[in-house]
Order: sequence, then C-alpha cells, then structure tokens
Amino acid sequence: MIRKAIFLLSFVALVFALPVNVNGQCKQFAKKTCKVGLSPYQHDGNYHAALLIEGEEAELYKTFYSDTEYRIGVCGAGNLSDIEFKIEDSNGKVLYNNKYEDYNWKWDFRLESSQQLKIVVKVPVNDVNVEEPEEGCVAIMFGFKDD
Amino acid sequence: MNNHFQDSGKVLILLSLFISFSIFSCNSNNKNKNEDANADEEFVAAKDEETQEKFQTAKKIFYSLPSPIETAKILQNAGAIYDETLLNPVGNSSQYITNLNMALNLGIYTTDLSYASLFDQTQVTLNYIEVAKKMADGLNILDAINESTIQRLEDNINNREVIIDIISETLLNSSSFLKERGLESTATIILVGGWIEGLYIATQLVGDKPIEGSMIVERVVDQKLSVDFMIKLLEEAEDDPDAQKILDDVLTLKETFDKIVITQGENTAVKDPESNVTTLKSSSSHNLTKEVFDELASKVKEIRTSYIS
Repeated sequence: MIRKAIFLLSFVALVFALPVNVNGQCKQFAKKTCKVGLSPYQHDGNYHAALLIEGEEAELYKTFYSDTEYRIGVCGAGNLSDIEFKIEDSNGKVLYNNKYEDYNWKWDFRLESSQQLKIVVKVPVNDVNVEEPEEGCVAIMFGFKDD
Repeated sequence: MNNHFQDSGKVLILLSLFISFSIFSCNSNNKNKNEDANADEEFVAAKDEETQEKFQTAKKIFYSLPSPIETAKILQNAGAIYDETLLNPVGNSSQYITNLNMALNLGIYTTDLSYASLFDQTQVTLNYIEVAKKMADGLNILDAINESTIQRLEDNINNREVIIDIISETLLNSSSFLKERGLESTATIILVGGWIEGLYIATQLVGDKPIEGSMIVERVVDQKLSVDFMIKLLEEAEDDPDAQKILDDVLTLKETFDKIVITQGENTAVKDPESNVTTLKSSSSHNLTKEVFDELASKVKEIRTSYIS
C-alpha cells in the first residue's frame, strides 16, 4: 500500500513537473544562447521567454533611457524559422524591422530621449509544414552599456 | 504476492492511461501533431481556423520593468554619488518573515547590492549578496543565489564586470524560477521593490537641491513611463492580495506622476554604418515643478519606509 502511494505520488510529481521541465529548457536556451550573445553588453537580469508556435506573435513593452546604449536580442530555438521582430515607438512608427536586415537576431541602439518602445515578435509560418506548426522557445533579452 | 502484483499492474495500467492522456493533452493544446493523418480536409480546415483564432485571442504580451541592475546603472550614469546611509541596513533582514516582505526586500537589497557594486564597495557588496540570498531562500527560490555564487563573487570581488554579471545571473534565475511556477506576481513584486528603492535613492540624493539641470531628476521623471506597466502587471495578479496591496502604492505614485506631462518629439532612426549602432534622434520635454518633485519624494519615502520596516 505504501509502495503504491509512493508510486502514485512520484507519478503526480512527474506530471506536474512536465511543464516546469519544458520551461526549464526554455530558461537554459535563454541563458546559454541568447544571454551569451548580448556580450559585450551587460544583460539587465530580466527574463522574458515563452514557447511560441509558428504563426504566433508576442509583444513586449519596455522603457529605454537616454545616455545608455542597448542591445535587444530576440532568439528562437533551432526548430523554428528565423524570428521576425520590429521595434515601434509609442506613435506606432516602425524604427527597425529585422526582416530588412537578413533576420539579424540583435539590434544595437541608443536614444536621445528616454521613451517606451514596443518589440513585436513573430514566428513565421514554415510554408513546407503548414499543417504541423512547430513550437519552440523564443527569448527576448536586453543588454546595456555606457553610451 | 500475486495480489500485490495484480494491484501494481492495475496501478501501472491506470498510470499509463493517465500518462497517455496527459501527453496527448499537452500536445493537442499547442499543436496538432497527433491528428490522424487521414482526417478529412474539412476537419483540418476547422482546426486551422480554431488555431488561428487562438493565436489572435492569446497573443502573448510582456511588460519589462526596470531591473535592479538597470536602475542602479541609470543612477550611476546620471552622476549619482554613493551614499551608504540610503541603503536598507542588512540588520533589518531578520524582521522579514512574510512572503510579501521577503519579495519586496529581495528587490530592495538587490538594488542596494547593484548600487554598491557599481561604486566598487566590495565589503558592502558581500554583505548585501548574503541578505539577498536570505530573502531568496526564504521565498524558496532554489539556487537563485547559492554558495558557489557567493564564492564566485568573493573570488572576483575586485572585478566589477564579473560582479554585475553574477547579479544579473541571480536575477535571471529568480525571475525564471518564479515564472516557471506561475508565480509571476512574486517576480513583479520583487521588481517593484527594487524600483522603489531606486526611486528612493534618486529622490534622496536630489534632496533640497534645485531640480533644474539635474540628470538624476530627469531619470526620476522617466520613471513615469514605467508606472503603467507596473500597474498592468499587478492588475493581472488580481487573485494575489500581496500584489493588490502593492498596486495601491503604485497607484498613489501614479497620481503624482500624472501631474508631470512629458512631450515626446518624433523619432528618426539613424544608423552608424561603422559601429552598426542606430541612434533614435528625438527630443522630449516635461513640466516637472519642485513642488511635484517634493510630493513624489515624500510619497516614495513613505512607501519605502513601510516596505523596510
């Protein structure tokens, strides 16, 4: 009876641990792939990562300050196509779109005045595999250094 | 003995069914990989529409709050001096026993730690990583700051870049640990604590000095831009009474920030072909008065005092 109880408890723990493991893989991906690529910029310590499916979009809002130089990194797991991202200001003006920069995963910039920016991230649909969209981790990370 | 095996067998069958169901549920929530390859086109089309609808309704939206490191860096860049009397004394750490107090003060101590380390205060840095660890341990944030983190910090105590990298790593570990477990509101409270501490240090450093021409004052005004993000994140945590308490404090600050009008000019992006760095050229102005600044400083002090007491 005790064995069964232990067995059941272990199983329940395993089931509940599954999503944590998936997210844990996302964290490892963010740390080992994306954060490392921010160098020589200093990562700000924030963690923004999620599992996205092909065709899905995400938005991130952040305040950026003048007198600081930033690197935005948007990294997608290897099973996903090149990740698209664009930067818009609060008036909706597109300031950068990596689609026109060979899907460069990072963008370095500085600002003359502090402001809110929106980062729009899209996982493009793979035309070859429309009916079975891939899912993978996408991380958005920020680094900064003295202007 | 046979009965034992029969019972175990039943349990195994039940477990197998449960595992199969769980795995199927996980995959079918996000993908259609397990669909029958021979399903008719109508069914596939209906599923596609359903999936598309799900994408549209469930677009993921993130709000990034200033981290303690960023807050400290902004202060340093604005010409702040180091004033140890403004830090939350490490001796206070023993009085934080609730999750709310520990989360707020993990943020506060991490900002203090970042501030001290940017000004090469080695012993203070070591003292504050210890209390930050105490808060993280109290919140059961496993391995955010462990003994090897502290050892690494001690080994590199004169290397500011490595120290900042270690602090960044501990923040990333804490934040990801909490988010993985659906404790986003605790992660937000930590950041709000760190943000309040940054505002407290900044407003206290200005004190009674004139606000005109002060870069620290400019950075204080900039915080208006993050207040709404904080409110949105705390409002999302409507089931968390701790987050709702903090929301009241942030709403009080918003009342004062709303008295400041920031006018933002149009952006023009200019890329330097040599460095590949783009400059967003624009101008901005605001109407902050000394009266509003003092009101803000007073509210920040009151809130911060309630957090560290």
